[in-house]
Amino acid sequence: MSGTGTMKSRKKLAFQQLKKNKIAIIGLIIIISLAFIALFAPFIAPHDPIEQNLDKRLLSPSGEYPMGTDDLGRCLLSRIIYGARVSLKLGVIVVGIITVIGVTLGLISGYYGGIVDEIIMRLVDVVLAFPGIILALAIAGALGPGLFNVMLALAMVGWTGLARVVRGSVLSVKQKEFVESARALGCSDLHIMTRHILPNVMAPVIVLATLDMAFIILAAAGLSFLGLGAQPPTPEWGSMLNNGRAFIQTAPHLTTFPGLAIMVAVLAFNFLGDGLRDILDPRQQRELKE
Amino acid sequence: MLTFILKRMCLMFIVILGVTMMTFLIMHFTPGDPAEMIAMARYGVDDLTQEDIEWIRVQEGLDAPLHIQYIKWLNHAIHGDLGCSLINGQPVLSEILVRFPATIKLAAVSMLVALIIAIPVGIISATRQYSLTDNVSMMGAMLGVSMPNFWLGLLLILLFSVHLGWFPVCGYGGFEYIILPALTLGTGMAAITTRLTRSSMLEVLRQDYIRTARAKGLSEKVVISKHALKNALIPIVTVIGMQFGRVLEGAVIIETIFAWPGIGKLLVDSIYARDFAMIQGGVLFVAVIFVIVNLVVDISYTYLDPRIRYEGVK
Amino acid sequence: MTLLGIRNLKVYFYSEDGMVRAVNDVDLDIGEGETLGIIGETGCGKTILGLSILRLLSENTKVEGRILYKGEDLLKLSEDEMRKIRGKEIAMIFQNPLSSMNPVLTVGTQVAEPVELHQHLDNQNAKEKVIEMLKSVRIPLPSKRVNEYPHEFSGGMRQRAMIAMGLICMPSLIIADEPTTGLDVTTQAQIVELMKEVLKDSGTSMLLITHDLGVAAELCDHMAVMYPGEIVEYADVRNIFKNPKHPYTRGFLDSLPGRGLKPIPGISPSLINIPEGCKFHPRCSYATGRCKKERPQMKKVGEKHFVRCFLYD
Repeated sequence: MSGTGTMKSRKKLAFQQLKKNKIAIIGLIIIISLAFIALFAPFIAPHDPIEQNLDKRLLSPSGEYPMGTDDLGRCLLSRIIYGARVSLKLGVIVVGIITVIGVTLGLISGYYGGIVDEIIMRLVDVVLAFPGIILALAIAGALGPGLFNVMLALAMVGWTGLARVVRGSVLSVKQKEFVESARALGCSDLHIMTRHILPNVMAPVIVLATLDMAFIILAAAGLSFLGLGAQPPTPEWGSMLNNGRAFIQTAPHLTTFPGLAIMVAVLAFNFLGDGLRDILDPRQQRELKE
Repeated sequence: MLTFILKRMCLMFIVILGVTMMTFLIMHFTPGDPAEMIAMARYGVDDLTQEDIEWIRVQEGLDAPLHIQYIKWLNHAIHGDLGCSLINGQPVLSEILVRFPATIKLAAVSMLVALIIAIPVGIISATRQYSLTDNVSMMGAMLGVSMPNFWLGLLLILLFSVHLGWFPVCGYGGFEYIILPALTLGTGMAAITTRLTRSSMLEVLRQDYIRTARAKGLSEKVVISKHALKNALIPIVTVIGMQFGRVLEGAVIIETIFAWPGIGKLLVDSIYARDFAMIQGGVLFVAVIFVIVNLVVDISYTYLDPRIRYEGVK
Repeated sequence: MTLLGIRNLKVYFYSEDGMVRAVNDVDLDIGEGETLGIIGETGCGKTILGLSILRLLSENTKVEGRILYKGEDLLKLSEDEMRKIRGKEIAMIFQNPLSSMNPVLTVGTQVAEPVELHQHLDNQNAKEKVIEMLKSVRIPLPSKRVNEYPHEFSGGMRQRAMIAMGLICMPSLIIADEPTTGLDVTTQAQIVELMKEVLKDSGTSMLLITHDLGVAAELCDHMAVMYPGEIVEYADVRNIFKNPKHPYTRGFLDSLPGRGLKPIPGISPSLINIPEGCKFHPRCSYATGRCKKERPQMKKVGEKHFVRCFLYD
């Protein structure tokens, strides 16, 4: 366990299995493509995503505008391409924050136990007592509309799953001999937590963080759809979809394409997360062997 | 058994207390001066004086320290007084109670849709693991999980209302009004429940006691329905409780799209109108309902699993 | 008279790591009223051999050869016909009764199932029969305990209930897979006593699968020693203990606490990488060049005593 050799071979093995998992690979390819699109949006997008062109309003998809134009004559494809930037950036930042919060609290909770554990876990219970994004909705609603507030709201709500999972893993790892021996050698708590326990609880963290990415993108799009997130003229998929609602009868492409974009992004992270879980969860491995 | 329920109840009260604190704090940290907002709501923006604001601050107890305000607010909440709407001055609780039945109706029909799809598909998928049926239904479930429900709602409107004209675009009324919103919410839930039913069933089918049942000469049908299903349902029941939370969460958006006059739409409208009393009351109400539903699920869990029933709390 | 005859039985399946040859050319006979023990270490394929008789292995497992029960080849029966054999003609008692009994059904329900199914008894009659059966396996207060769940039983009581479940239809053959594993020593002795008694009373034949030579010595008439996938020695119980021929059987006996506690050098091969020639040659002190290349056949070395070793050519 503690030797770097076994860690490396374990990683290598996981990678080999990932290559075999077609669905996960499809997810990974889509994610890489989306990241590429987001990074090079100015070079890929055929038009300016914000520039209005009032004599070209609500055009159906054509050669010049492959996804048509919206009610202000803006190129929908360009807006969707730039939208990848908004969603991915938001997803990465929020997932980064909740991973740090969740892992830290989970480690502390599991390692120290007792009253600290009790307080953190009750806090998790309280946050989980609000159904899904209702708490995020209330926070974003209270703070007022805006992407930053949506990120803040999702970060405050999203860390609980990770904290619970990390705590659970820590509880089982804590019993292992190498932790006992590290303690006997006089290692500090911080050293034991970061050097001995953390590497052993990373597998579920990676899986959950990937799946959380899907959840955060979806939730952020939902809040933007309600008008609480990105404000015009920011090209954000959820708010584009909301905007298209008014024209559902005359210009259905305005509802079709942004929704598709959200689904593809969410699907990609779900694919990858599921694939990673198959590989990293030992219980699932047994299923494969049978 | 009784101690188990009592312990859960205690835990529930701690959680609900936490929920009230959190709801109170969120609204307290809202940018802006609450006294000013209440004053604005009451007297309008134009002829608002500083004295009016100060008068409201004292009258509403907003000048007191935070914990005093909280205790006062909590005391009112316990007695069913969630304050009055900043917009129309109506009591928040009565407004919520008027809207609640519509949400419950939508939730019940949606969950019914979800279970009707999920349980049979999950079982068939598990018993025919890696078959074409299994792969297709798992792919469908994955799409269902990843599809934004607000998009699905719009697509259903596009197909069934705009093109086919079968159902009304939105509104509240007879049976035809509930079909599209319930389908939208129900299929999303079905996706998760199908995956769970399948994995739970697969786990159970791998157990030794399934082999014992087969060794008795029982037919596969009896093995599945008598020996496997009851065990597989135990985790599914918990998820149904969680699913109820998803319904409430989904209701926020779906009710907005379909103009369904439930709590979800009330919440969103209150956010648009910056009616903080209503948001606070609505969120608290939803959370408390959710906590109670989960308690009920926990208790019914013990009835399904005799191991917990007798051991009480582990 | 032969009740069950196994001829050229091969069981194999493919796993991620390669082909698993769990059972390789096994021939065995069990006479009426006879108890045959299959002895071997964990992972030698003995449980799979037991399951293959009732065709309880998963669908991707290949089973070849013949399994003749009262002259009829079980491998040729349809699934429906097979179900009429399971529990009625041939019953199985599994190891680890806690995981082998359904946690959400009462013990009574589970013990009653075979009679309800095969003898079409109604609830009331089945319940009476169950109580009678639980009494005969010495479960105290049977009329109360039928309504309890498996986790409310002690380990020994659960195994008794398991035995009752197997015997309730009066099958001609019982396959018992490690029936005493996981029980404490006194309970083990009680279960062995009980099994001895019920087998004698009912005249049922038994195939006992175990790694515990002590249990086998108590219960069996004949014993077959299994080493990865094949039978290496077959004899009556006396000869196995007094006059073991195969180097593996000797090694196995010498590793027992009462007989020197000398372990066999090396580890037993997995069912995936089975050595060429005689499967025991890498661990055998008598091995010659021939053992590495050629697979020995069963040789008769005495009255009803066969061994798979070139030493006796």
